Amino acid sequence: MTPDLMSQGAVRLEKHKRKQEAEVNSGGRVASFSRIHQPGELDLVHGRILYLEDVNVSFDGFKAINNLSLDIGVGELRCIIGPNGAGKTTMMDIITGKTKPDSGQVFFGSTINLLRHNEPEIAQMGIGRKFQKPTVFENLSVFENLELALKTGKGIKASVLFKLNGTQKDRLTEVLHTIHLENHLLRQAGNLSHGQKQWLEIGMLLMQDPKLLLLDEPVAGMTDQETERTAELFLSLKGKHSLMVVEHDMAFIRQIADVVTVLCDGSVLAQGSFDAVQVDERVIEVYLGR
Amino acid sequence: MTNITLPQPVRLLSPWGWTLFIGLLLMVGVLVPVLNLYLPVAHPLHMSDFAVSLIGKIMCFAICALAMDLIWGYTGILSLGHGLFFALGGYAMGMYLMRQIGTDGNYTSELPDFMVFLDWKVLPWHWYFSDSFIATLLLVVLAPGLLALVFGYFAFRSRIKGVYFSIITQAMTFAFMLLFFRNETGFGGNNGFTDFKRILGTPIATPNMRMLLFVLTGACLLGCYLGARWLIQSKYGRVLQAIRDAESRVMFSGYSPLPYKLSIWVISAVMCGIAGALYVPQVGIINPSEMSPANSIEIAIWAAVGGRATLIGPIVGAFMVNGAKSWLTVVAPEYWLYVLGALFIAVTLYMPQGVVGLLVSLKQRLQAGKGESS
Repeated sequence: MTPDLMSQGAVRLEKHKRKQEAEVNSGGRVASFSRIHQPGELDLVHGRILYLEDVNVSFDGFKAINNLSLDIGVGELRCIIGPNGAGKTTMMDIITGKTKPDSGQVFFGSTINLLRHNEPEIAQMGIGRKFQKPTVFENLSVFENLELALKTGKGIKASVLFKLNGTQKDRLTEVLHTIHLENHLLRQAGNLSHGQKQWLEIGMLLMQDPKLLLLDEPVAGMTDQETERTAELFLSLKGKHSLMVVEHDMAFIRQIADVVTVLCDGSVLAQGSFDAVQVDERVIEVYLGR
Repeated sequence: MTNITLPQPVRLLSPWGWTLFIGLLLMVGVLVPVLNLYLPVAHPLHMSDFAVSLIGKIMCFAICALAMDLIWGYTGILSLGHGLFFALGGYAMGMYLMRQIGTDGNYTSELPDFMVFLDWKVLPWHWYFSDSFIATLLLVVLAPGLLALVFGYFAFRSRIKGVYFSIITQAMTFAFMLLFFRNETGFGGNNGFTDFKRILGTPIATPNMRMLLFVLTGACLLGCYLGARWLIQSKYGRVLQAIRDAESRVMFSGYSPLPYKLSIWVISAVMCGIAGALYVPQVGIINPSEMSPANSIEIAIWAAVGGRATLIGPIVGAFMVNGAKSWLTVVAPEYWLYVLGALFIAVTLYMPQGVVGLLVSLKQRLQAGKGESS
């Protein structure tokens, strides 16, 4: 046995180990051979709901996203932090079809190439997005806001003839309770408090029943009590849905995070548990060093 | 978990609303004809021919205002080119009325007078089907509808919004006005069409025909109102309002805004076209000045004065502004444009909800006051 062979063996072993580790998060799913591929259907057998690979975007020469590679597991709650201008919102724009990257690949499940779809299609496939600034339909009531977001036919004909059925009513009631707006059913959304608008927007996402939720600063402008409730809500969603949360509130992140990804200058700087990331030299540098 | 009662779907009209609706229908269809045709002129309740033709005209404008409300008030897209769709509907009807003159024109020719005057020997291609009433009715719908479809598709697909869209629509109506001013276009140049004699073979300038057109216009206005109400109260209507309030949220909720905007834009244009087709036989003339930018702006003013995003508002606005116009242009003709401008500024500054919006908020305040005192 030569040292050469030994080192090759070590490399192979390392590779195998890494592969095994990567499969731990598959949620007990087993890849089966001879699966029938259904176009448009979300394929989660590899345990990953979102892949970004070598994504690049630049605006007028400024590289907003720089060789970004990231993936999110099924049922995972991933927190994304990073200094201003790190590309967090741009990343969400790319995933939801608002911005087209210059290069790179973005896949939803193993088979759906998100770069081939526009915003409404991506939303219908099951990616919900909450904006940084709460965006609700100000002149419609809370009830009407939720009704519009409901997962159902979104064409003109379907809308003209739309009528709520029993299951949909139950779903609406359930979401109203979840977001604690059951007593504001008929209030105009524009008259709600900032925190309530945030909740309404989260409620609208839930009505869509998305597989993946992208939440851009969901607790900004909320009181401590509201933040607490939001944390509970997200933890209860984990498992059923996959969540990607961008937030600046570190106390909130600490409360909910399994894995934290730190973005900086458009690429992943560090990734790991909250405590591990917190003591990472490079992370401390980008947050404090400048 | 406490049980909450979800709001029931709204009825098209409340029982009281239906009563009012039927009442208006009867007024237009029975009362006005009786008062005008069967009461002697000396009778105090007699309705003058002038009043009938004035109200008939204003009802055409009210249809336009309603159409403007659908696209501007509910969808948030301000069109300053709706006068064009109105004029296209009018021209389609005008072509038919020109053909109905037959050989009774000044030159006793089969061709319309202006063609003889231009020394044309044969009908241009776009006049071929103009002698058929059915084809004319189709054209009244198709000409504005198709133009709106093509224009709207490219504008909305390129996500042109707000003031840019308004300016482009304004430019479009201006361009069409210049086109129709040309004799070569084949629509009578700056004189347009006039001197109509018959419609469907019956003389056009008789009291009975005037009344028939009046009743048709009234029925059309009421029908448009009901149709618009049905649309707005469906989820489709709420999607339109959602597009107005937050288009990006609409997209991220899985709706593609393009078909929604395009459909309401075309519906709105077709309504204007129908209004134009009803207008032309009543006033007896159509010329390119109907396409002038000022006319399109006036439609927006009616809607704004009456109250945007209330369906009854624009109708009220059309009646108020045009009533004031017909009175003022007699009393002090030189001041009308100043009054109109001042009205627009005043409404924008002090009554952003319009007259009907103001009444609604007053009513709500009264109710709130009652609630507090009791």
